[in-house]
Amino acid sequence: MSPRSSTQDPWWVRALVLSLVAVFLGLILVLPLVSVFAEALRQGLGPALEAMSTPDATASIKLTLLTAAVAVPFNIVFGVAAAWAVAKHEFWGKSLLISLIDVPFSVSPVVAGLIYVLIFGSHGWFGSWLIDHNIKIIFAVPGIMLATLFVTFPFVARELIPLMQEQGVDEEEAAASMGAGGWMTLWRVTTPNIRWGLLYGVLLCNARAMGEFGAVSVVSGHIRGLTNTMPLHVEILYNEYDFVGAFSVAALLCLLSILTLILKGLLEMLQPQVRRAGR
Amino acid sequence: MTISIRSVEKQFARYPALRGVSLEVQPGELLALLGPSGSGKTTLLRIIAGLEFPEAGQVAFDDQDVTFASAAARKVGFVFQQYALFRHMTVAKNIAFGLDVRKAKDRPARAEINRRVEELLGLVELGGLGGRYPAQLSGGQRQRVALARALAVSPQVLLLDEPFGALDATVRKSLRKELRRIHNATGVTTIFVTHDQEEALDLADRVAILNQGSIEQVGTPQEVYEQPASAFVCSFVGETNRFDGAVSGGRFVCGSVSLAVDCADGPKTAFVRPHDLVVAPDGFEAQIVRVTAQGPVIQIEAQTASDQPIEISLARQDAGSIAVGLTLRLAARKIHLFDPAD
Amino acid sequence: MSSSTLTSAGPDRRARGAKTLFRRRSAISGFGLSLGVTVSLLSLVVLIPLSAVILQASGQSFSEVLAAGFSPRALGAFRLSFGAAFVAAAVNAVFGVLTAWALVRYEFPGKSIINGLVDLPFALPTAVAGIALAALYAPNGWVGQYLEPMGIKAAYTPLGVVIALTFIGLPFVVRTIEPVLRDLSADVEEAAASLGAGRLSIIGRVILPALGPAWLTGFALSFARGVGEYGSVIFIAGNMPFKSEIAPLLIVIQLEQFNYQAASTIAVVMLSASFAMLLVINAIQAWARKRSA
Repeated sequence: MSPRSSTQDPWWVRALVLSLVAVFLGLILVLPLVSVFAEALRQGLGPALEAMSTPDATASIKLTLLTAAVAVPFNIVFGVAAAWAVAKHEFWGKSLLISLIDVPFSVSPVVAGLIYVLIFGSHGWFGSWLIDHNIKIIFAVPGIMLATLFVTFPFVARELIPLMQEQGVDEEEAAASMGAGGWMTLWRVTTPNIRWGLLYGVLLCNARAMGEFGAVSVVSGHIRGLTNTMPLHVEILYNEYDFVGAFSVAALLCLLSILTLILKGLLEMLQPQVRRAGR
Repeated sequence: MTISIRSVEKQFARYPALRGVSLEVQPGELLALLGPSGSGKTTLLRIIAGLEFPEAGQVAFDDQDVTFASAAARKVGFVFQQYALFRHMTVAKNIAFGLDVRKAKDRPARAEINRRVEELLGLVELGGLGGRYPAQLSGGQRQRVALARALAVSPQVLLLDEPFGALDATVRKSLRKELRRIHNATGVTTIFVTHDQEEALDLADRVAILNQGSIEQVGTPQEVYEQPASAFVCSFVGETNRFDGAVSGGRFVCGSVSLAVDCADGPKTAFVRPHDLVVAPDGFEAQIVRVTAQGPVIQIEAQTASDQPIEISLARQDAGSIAVGLTLRLAARKIHLFDPAD
Repeated sequence: MSSSTLTSAGPDRRARGAKTLFRRRSAISGFGLSLGVTVSLLSLVVLIPLSAVILQASGQSFSEVLAAGFSPRALGAFRLSFGAAFVAAAVNAVFGVLTAWALVRYEFPGKSIINGLVDLPFALPTAVAGIALAALYAPNGWVGQYLEPMGIKAAYTPLGVVIALTFIGLPFVVRTIEPVLRDLSADVEEAAASLGAGRLSIIGRVILPALGPAWLTGFALSFARGVGEYGSVIFIAGNMPFKSEIAPLLIVIQLEQFNYQAASTIAVVMLSASFAMLLVINAIQAWARKRSA
């Protein structure tokens, strides 16, 4: 046996740790991922592709894309505004504001859906008013948007706030002293410094927006072709024992999350400063 | 342009940063704001720049009140301590920034901007480096870029926050000369902040000395050195020996130290600079502890009979025989006396 | 200097004063707009709707609260949600440290893939995780078929809930411990070794205590996430009242029966628990900062 330094584990410890980790991750992460594709392809590629292209499936894909298309820009606007206010200025109540921004992460997704039902549902606070004016929010697309905005709320902000705090205010002050206005400074000085962090936040926000289940499930009403997002469509097919259908749509979502992970890994490799502690 | 600062006050969360500061800066002057850290000098500079705003008082440029005008409206050039160069822009883009961000109707033509950038690169002796990024430059070069960038907008005032603070000693000295040369070439009113008294005395036309948010004295380097207005200025500017004692019957006494003074009786603090101590047969006694001979001047560390350490600088020809353990008799050529409250 | 630029900026700025209640004036513009946007959106999307649930729950008498939020069925659901989340967090605390240790200290083939895969629970839609785990651990599933003969029923039992919550909580533990382990310099271990400490006592007395706060934080984050989890659990849980029905599912069921009061009461209990966890996590982190400072 070669001599080993005092900070290195003996070979049998390494072997033990690595096998424990391999078995655990295999059972918890790898096998579930593999099983999605295996179940989807159980009857071959044909039925899987067919399940992905039924009218209800394509409608759910469209709604999911639409949801992300609303949530991501909203998140960018909110995240940049919040980070600009918090990181570039001093004001009373700042740490409270930072904690409040994180609140949606500690709320159960079901509760996130519930709160909108209480307000906009037919028996909710504005229920009868909304019915009188023929506006549908719950069991309709606006409710899905609201629930998605809630659960994705902190993503971009919590990437940008620490990043912009670390970068300080020197460059912005330099720009101001040379006559640049706020928008000009944001666009020409700040944005180039935060673009990778912004992209990282957008990536995570997008994955959550497309994949959210609990909150959306509560407000959607599960109306096929109208208010079903992809995860909800998966649930319906699964509950109807259409496993190939359910796993085929699930496989699409899996591909999306694998793509997300790859892009995220690339970002972390190329721009290590965007992320210190993953969440 | 004349800059007038009138009774400016600024409070930070825990402590007052400036307490009623007034100062007049003459057109074309090179003024140093000198003080220890926490004295409020950087805050004052940032208030002049429009990067901070005072709670009370007024800042005027040529009689025009700019107290609450934005930094953009003031047309000042500001050089930041850590330079604050835009990391993602080339040197040329950095320098051009102030011109690039102007509204289309005020913005010079592209060619004109490029010409100006080249001119400034030449002025700060960085010709040919316009295409580099800040990360590819040395500390001294970054400092020059920051200076060129601040000058690009043809500011009426140039403000520098600890301009040489982040540089090593040799670069510091050469850039000091550089700043003086550029100031002479442009004639722009310049204020810089420093905690280094040697830098302030060497470079500035006048020095304003701050302590705990107040200006203690404003004057030429010679004035603040030779006629310090307060005990703080005396001890902060230049080397000095401090004695806490009392005046009685035309003599200042502190332990075994006794010096002839022309002053009313009472407790006093006396300061004597090392080179103002001279060998005198009827002076107080001090035993030599250490001797350093540098060129024409001999530096002596000694101890008085009452065990107070003192420093003495003697010209070689006046020194006579000097050796560790010998006892000298000393008198003061010049004494600065202040009330002990200072 | 043109006087127009200055006077146009002058009077209204001065009228606002140098100092308002909330801030010092800043040289960087856009403060009012950005804070305004931030606070409005936060209030509209998060704070006001959240207060709705508290108002809804508070509009009932104490006995109604007890009946709705603390019925035997609700208590059973809480016991399962909190209990399974606790067990899952404990499992993750053990295997999460091992995983982080392997990722930081060892080189092995496929390391970067494993590293990326650890974040899968963040990226994978919970419903997908739910059906995958259910299929895997069902009696006829790839893993379930081997558990069945051993008398272990995983899917459709509380054990299934623990499995789903372990999946959901894993990255919280790994990603909290990993940076601390990485920053723990080899110097400290070498110093301990030079003082005669053996490998085991180095791990027990130097490394693990240094990991303490991060470990607790990871455990608490994993636990907090597990308590509220819904999507990945309902497919594998079985959803039998009193046995394998989690609290979030009970909210959904009450809501489907338009029983808003009961749903809100259960929600408020869960909200209180998650805010309590948030306070605990902040306290741990404050303690860790103090300790390392």
